Amino acid sequence: MSEAISTSYLECLLKSWQAKPAESRAWLNQLRARAIDCVSTQKLPTKRDEEWRFTDISPLTALPYRPSQPDSTLKIEDVQHLFLDDAKNRLVFVDGHFSQSLSAIAEPAALIAGNLPALLSAHASILESHVGHYVPFDHNVFAALNTAFLQDGAVVIVPKNTVVAEPVHLLFIATQHEVTSYPRCLLIGEAGSHITLIEDYVALQQAAYITNSVTEISLAGNAHAKHIRVQRESAKAFHLANCAVSLAHASNYQSVSITLGSQISRYNLDVRLTDEAAECTIDGLTLISDRQLADTHTCIDHAKPNGTSHQQHKCIADDAAHAVFNGKIIVRPQAQRTNSSQSSRNLLLSKTAQVDTKPQLEIFADDVKCSHGATVGQLDQEEIFYLRSRGLSETAARNLLTYAFGAEIISRIPVSSLRQQLEQAVLDQTQSNPS
Amino acid sequence: MIIANSPTILSVQGLRASINGTEILKGIDLTVRSGEIHAIMGLNGSGKSTFAKVLAGHSAYEVTGGSIQFEDKNLLELPPEERARAGLFLAFQYPIEIPGVANTQFLRLAYNTVQTQRGKEELDPLEFDDFVREKMKLLEMKPDFLDRSVNEGFSGGEKKRNEILQMALLEPRLSILDETDSGLDIDALKIVANGVNRITNKDNATILVTHYQRLLDYIVPDFVHVMQAGRIVMTGGKELALELETRGYDWITANKQPAAGVSA
Repeated sequence: MSEAISTSYLECLLKSWQAKPAESRAWLNQLRARAIDCVSTQKLPTKRDEEWRFTDISPLTALPYRPSQPDSTLKIEDVQHLFLDDAKNRLVFVDGHFSQSLSAIAEPAALIAGNLPALLSAHASILESHVGHYVPFDHNVFAALNTAFLQDGAVVIVPKNTVVAEPVHLLFIATQHEVTSYPRCLLIGEAGSHITLIEDYVALQQAAYITNSVTEISLAGNAHAKHIRVQRESAKAFHLANCAVSLAHASNYQSVSITLGSQISRYNLDVRLTDEAAECTIDGLTLISDRQLADTHTCIDHAKPNGTSHQQHKCIADDAAHAVFNGKIIVRPQAQRTNSSQSSRNLLLSKTAQVDTKPQLEIFADDVKCSHGATVGQLDQEEIFYLRSRGLSETAARNLLTYAFGAEIISRIPVSSLRQQLEQAVLDQTQSNPS
Repeated sequence: MIIANSPTILSVQGLRASINGTEILKGIDLTVRSGEIHAIMGLNGSGKSTFAKVLAGHSAYEVTGGSIQFEDKNLLELPPEERARAGLFLAFQYPIEIPGVANTQFLRLAYNTVQTQRGKEELDPLEFDDFVREKMKLLEMKPDFLDRSVNEGFSGGEKKRNEILQMALLEPRLSILDETDSGLDIDALKIVANGVNRITNKDNATILVTHYQRLLDYIVPDFVHVMQAGRIVMTGGKELALELETRGYDWITANKQPAAGVSA
């Protein structure tokens, strides 16, 4: 796209923001002002940018996606099929705007959970010290836009040494056509706390819209968080997401990200192990077809000694779909005795499907254990033969192996109702494939 | 057991097969009748495992000559799944791991596919659970076996037991056990052998492909065949295995020089 289009597109977006009222909090106004400045000095990325070389987002500018407006007409009956039986703490956002009536917190004593404006006065100092601190936006136009528009958002604070029994379900429902929503999430796990957080993007109809989300997660010493992220947007949607995680001493972060929806999606996940003995497990599954494009960029940054990271990312691409995985692992000079593994496995189900995978290891410490591997291929002939020798037809064998390829990642989701939904989604997609 | 006038299950004649243009099987003749247990022994590279895979229909091997009759069917015309449904079973030397699929799900799928083919009722998950647990007792398997992914993280012994469990479930007419004893300690070997002995009867037949005589202490064969360079070069009773154990394979080569000359 030309520079002029890119600039006018961003200007147009910013103008639509000008009408919004200023917040009462000076720090929040300053944060937005900085973000607006950043937007004005940046351009939309193109394939000439190394970080975007496989992902052309120019279709995004074809429509003037206006900011979404709150719509309070949605009733619980319209959306309760999206709720999870075993996640009784639920914050619901409709087109990025919090819905009190659709939300419910089963454990109000165990955690602080609500939307940003509601918690702003009671938790001002903690919010000020976290919001906007983990996802930088000076070189990231989408994060800058999200921050410029920052008004609403999900906030979850788990107090010290508290174990939240039920998962917290952050449900982002898209309902409108041709709008942009700017979801924002903040999870603060105080020292020794435990929580399971589900970040779930769904659509009520096959609409074209943009989701531009930012998620920030901060875990203090010995805090544990399981973060399940499900992107099941409309097949016409654009989904641009940034998530940053900061891990303190001996904290533990486990994430499973599932990408099923959107015409074009991009997920940036940055995990920083900022203190000793932090641990993370980062798993991902992309399952796409037709002409979908799904790009996942992760960066795991080991800054201190004795850290552990394990990453497994899988892509299944059918038809003319295109999956991208870029997994960077940095081990800084101080980060001795780091133990890190990364595996990228990719399955192509058609001749026109494409996968670009790029492991990137930057290791500056000498006493480390790091392994990585990447494979792109079709199903294994020996595996197919094994199943056929047990009576399964070739099609049934292929379908089962494709399902299994995806289900291995889904089986790591610790919320059974969500796991079942996703297993079914993988089953539907893999069984539709008589090869 | 050798039974007089017992029906022939498998008849292999002059079987030749190659992989990537290299001939591995150079004319195998073998007849297996109902109730019999045959052992096929031989050194590495003699073609034993290839023979097992060709019987099961592995697509990497090209059959270039000969015939395989399985009961009333021409086996070479059937794809692997139809051979399985017709009652042929191969216990793999290296069973495949399938992360993401629960063992019970896989076992039920295989069982029901074969049952349907035989015109019998499928079992629902609950019925199957009772059925499979009964069979698992044969092999002294722990119940958590069912919930784990197929062969994933199984020890060598557990994988082989899982193979024999499938054999017990699918009730084949002919089972081919490819190096089932490899990688087993003596306790696991006894369990596996005991399982096999309880499955074999006068209406089915078994081919044991093995390196060592050790397995044959526990599953006693009616016939022992020695394979060399893609051919069965000697056939005897169970005592032949013992002789091979003490004398090795060299003396057979020496005795069989004329036969080797024919293949050249």
